[in-house]
Order: sequence, then structure tokens, then C-alpha cells
Amino acid sequence: MTKIAPRQAYGEELVRLGQENPDIVVLDADVAKASMTYLFKEKFPERFFDLGISESDIVGTGAGFAVAGKIPFINAYANFLLGNGWEQIHISVAYANQNVKIVGHNIGASSGKDGPTHLPFEDIALMRVLPGIMIVEPADAIEMRKAVRAAAQHQGPIYLRVGRLPVPLVTCEEDPFELGKARILREGQDVTIIATGAMVAKGLEAAEELASLGISAEVINLHTIKPLDEETLLRSVQKTGAVVTAEEHTILGGMGSAVAELLVEEFPVPLQRVGVKDRFAVCAPYDELHNILGLTAKAITQSVQRVIRKNRQ
Amino acid sequence: MSIVDLKRKANLIRQDIITMLVPAKAGHPGGSLSAADIVATLYFKEMRINPQEPNWADRDRFVLSKGHAAPVLYAALAEKGYFPKDELLGLRQTGRMLQGHPDMKRTPGVDMSSGSLGQGLSVANGMALAGKLDKKDYRVYVLLGDGEVAEGQVWEAAMAAAHYKLDNLTAILDYNGLQIDGPTDSVMSSAPLADKWRAFCWNVIEVDGHDIEALEKAFAEAKQVKGKPTILIAKTVKGKGVSFMENQVGWHGSAPNAEQAEQALKELREEGLSLG
Repeated sequence: MTKIAPRQAYGEELVRLGQENPDIVVLDADVAKASMTYLFKEKFPERFFDLGISESDIVGTGAGFAVAGKIPFINAYANFLLGNGWEQIHISVAYANQNVKIVGHNIGASSGKDGPTHLPFEDIALMRVLPGIMIVEPADAIEMRKAVRAAAQHQGPIYLRVGRLPVPLVTCEEDPFELGKARILREGQDVTIIATGAMVAKGLEAAEELASLGISAEVINLHTIKPLDEETLLRSVQKTGAVVTAEEHTILGGMGSAVAELLVEEFPVPLQRVGVKDRFAVCAPYDELHNILGLTAKAITQSVQRVIRKNRQ
Repeated sequence: MSIVDLKRKANLIRQDIITMLVPAKAGHPGGSLSAADIVATLYFKEMRINPQEPNWADRDRFVLSKGHAAPVLYAALAEKGYFPKDELLGLRQTGRMLQGHPDMKRTPGVDMSSGSLGQGLSVANGMALAGKLDKKDYRVYVLLGDGEVAEGQVWEAAMAAAHYKLDNLTAILDYNGLQIDGPTDSVMSSAPLADKWRAFCWNVIEVDGHDIEALEKAFAEAKQVKGKPTILIAKTVKGKGVSFMENQVGWHGSAPNAEQAEQALKELREEGLSLG
């Protein structure tokens, strides 16, 4: 299966957008090589601003650009940008409702060998509590390109989650993409697997394995975590009656929590969340860290078996 | 506008501050009064603005980074005609336009929402960078508090403004020497302020923040300086203009009652009359 790094697609699409729209400006906090915004810098140096290692300042500066009518994409490692910059995002972006595109890089286990200080597994939770911020995590490089384009066109703040390492392509160029609209990638009857980002490929892998066990799994690519596409999710769950969520994030406050909050109020069914289980990571290569943290197709398969067992009891 | 007219405006702004705080029963008189001459000079002399077109793309911008001084901004906006003066009496009231801290989405003329200290200079930098990118000649003004500069973000932004040579940006530091827990020098020493900003490669002008003529000159100088941002370290008196509020830390964040307000307004009206 072809693998491409989402950040590659992000950096390249930014350049295309920069050609089309002179209002797009790019801000970076000394990680332009990792974020791939150096591609934009090479092409449009006058519209690229390095703010140095100052994640609080970059958020405020982005807000100022937006107030003045620009479309700023602000880039930094996700944990530093959303951790250091949270209060700035809270007031200068969310409360002021400014058109800032907040781009968090090196998400999840992306830079596993750097260890827990550099591994953001809490960023979705940090953004979910802020009114008015859309949260988007594309499943692959193809979808990333569409998401960056849609983010630029969307009027309002967005948090875009960008992975560093190559992930399998699970969508096609011709697939439609709409912010806020979940995509059913595989239809099934017995369980709904709702996944986001790099976990979408693992959800599809799990569905294959489950099919061989006689379990028919529906797989939904939930690229927009906020606002939730409640209609698509509820329709699927009303059909299958069981849910497993999968995300490269803590199970506390993330995508799985959002789905659980919806279902417990609207259509309670057995549900399991695959994600980081309220712990810190350790220093390990990406794939190995996914194994250690239980971010695997196998974990999804086992969770599916658990929810189906509950339904039979 | 002449110096004496600006003084009259500052006096009216001070009266408005007192008047609006009474029904609000909460708010920040001390740091609003200390900034009244600065804000009057900006809104009635210095800034290129049009109250009929609050979002005019070529207007000068003002960011009230010390957002708790909202009353001084609201008074200036009302005196300038952005909204009816009656609105001032709705300060902090449920469902009314004037929030406890500035909200750009509700109040015409407010260029940026603020209230969480330390954020305004970064935002002003973004506005100034956008102005340069668009080759527009508008200027950006930002008012900081002397307690506020304990926030680390201020210094991140100070570094960035100098790095990007934002000579279309003027910051004003309302150096009134008091913050909630007491004198700034005893809570968290920020001195020597001028040296700190100079070390961050800013053009620094030390000025009496109640001397309108001196403020005018300082703003004019700031416009002439090329290649670096300017900050006015404006020495002020917290609670300025109301005898029993001056230099009293207790008036940082509590509103006068009707009786106290009457006394304050009496003093301010007398001051106004003395201006002729």
C-alpha cells in the first residue's frame, strides 16, 4: 500500500493555495523544515513569518493578521502550540472568532523517539472545549490536501492535525470531501468502527480481519472531530448497534469521548474507545510505540469482539 | 484639536468612567483613570479613524491589551460617536453591549477582544505586519499595563516587533505603579522598564502620561522613527483626577458607590470648569 506523509501533502498544498490566494500568510515557530512550510517560504518569502520558539506569541500574531483580513496558517509542534498557546487560542482566536488556521504538527506518536515531552496525545481534548473551533484530522495525504484547501476556504478558526510519518493511502482523489461530513469507507452490519487520522487505515485492516471471523464492520472516517457529523454517526450506529472508536490520542476528551457523549444521550449502545489509556508514552519508534500504547488494528479487532459480546449478553 | 480641547475630552472621559461604574457595581476605575489622557490623545488627535465606518480597512488600530481598563476605551468610543453615550450605563449588565472586558464582536470601534493579560502586543504585531505586507500606511497602537508586563508573552512579542522592524507600531505602557496585590515594585519588580525595552531594540520615549502636549510630541516622534517599534513609557498616577482614588491600590478593581461617585464627579466637574 502506498504511504505518504501527511505533512508533505500539507506543505505542497499550502504552496498551491499561496499561488491562488494572496491573502494567505504562513507563520511558523522555528519548525519550518518539520512542518514543510519551508516550501511556502521558498516560494513566497514575503508572506512567510518565522516567530521563533514562541508559541504563545505566534497565536496572537496570527490573530492580528486575521483581524487585518489575512488568512494565517500558524504552525508549530502540536503539544507546544496548543499547550503554551491555549489561552491565546482561547481568547485571541476562539472568543474573538478570528479566521486563524491552527496547524499542529508531529501529532501523536509521530516523533516517538523524542519521547513523551514531544508526543501530543492531548491536543484534540484541549481544542474540543473551546467554542467555535473546528477540529480536523485527515486520514491520509490525499485527504490532507483537500482538508488544507477546505480550511483556507472556511471562514473561522480551525485546528488541523498533521502527522509527520508516512501513512497508507485509504482515500482516492475522486472521493468527495466536505468539512464536517464523515465518510463511510466500508459498509457493514454488526459494528461501526469510527476512526480518525492514521487510525483509519488500521480500522480498515481490522474490518478485513473481522470479516474473516464472520463479523461485518462498517468503517467511518471521521476526519472532522468537531463539529460532529451526528447524522451519519447515528444512522450507522442505529443500524449496527455497537461502536468502537480509534484515535491516535488519549481516550480522555478526544474523538472517542465526543462520540460517546453523543451516543449516551441519543442512542446508547455498547462502545469501546481505542486510544492512549490515560498514561504517558515512552521513547520508542513510531510503530513500536503504537504497539505499546495499543494503537493497533488488533486492539480494534479485540474491542469489536468485546462490544459484540456485550450485545449478545 | 487643541491641547485644551483634548484636556476637556480627557476630563469628560474621566467623568464617563465614574458614571458608568456606578450602575455596573464592578469594574476597574484606577487603571482606567490613569490612561484617560493617553486614550483621549489617541482617539481625538492621533488616530486616523472614522466612527461612521468602524471597520474601515485603512484606519489606525488600537489594542487595549490591559483589557480591564475597558471603561476608558468605552468612554472614548462613546465620546467619539461610535455608539450612543446611554450605552455606557449598560456596562457589565446582562444582555447589554458593553462587556466587562472589550469584545470586538459586540462593540463597534473595539479593534480586538482582550482581557486575558499579555496577549495584546502579539495581536498588534500581526496587524502591523499585515499593514506592511499590504503596503498600507495605517498605524497600530497598543496599551499595556505595568503589571501586565510580568506576562512572558509580552517579551516574546517585544522581540518579534523589533525583529520585524515594526515602525508602524507604537506601544504605550501605562506606568501607574500599582497592581492588584500592591505596588508593582513589591509584587514583581518590572523596573528598569525603559532599559528593558531598549535592550529589546525598541525606541523608548519616557513621558508624563498626563501631559497631553508631551504625549502628542512623543506620538509624533514615534511616527518619524524608522526601522524599529516605539514604546512610550508613560508615567501615570493610578486613579488620576479623583483625589481619594489617586495612588490607592484599593481602587484597582472596585466601583464607587453613588455617594463616592458624586464626590468624584464634583471634583472632575470643577477640573473641567477650570479648563474654561
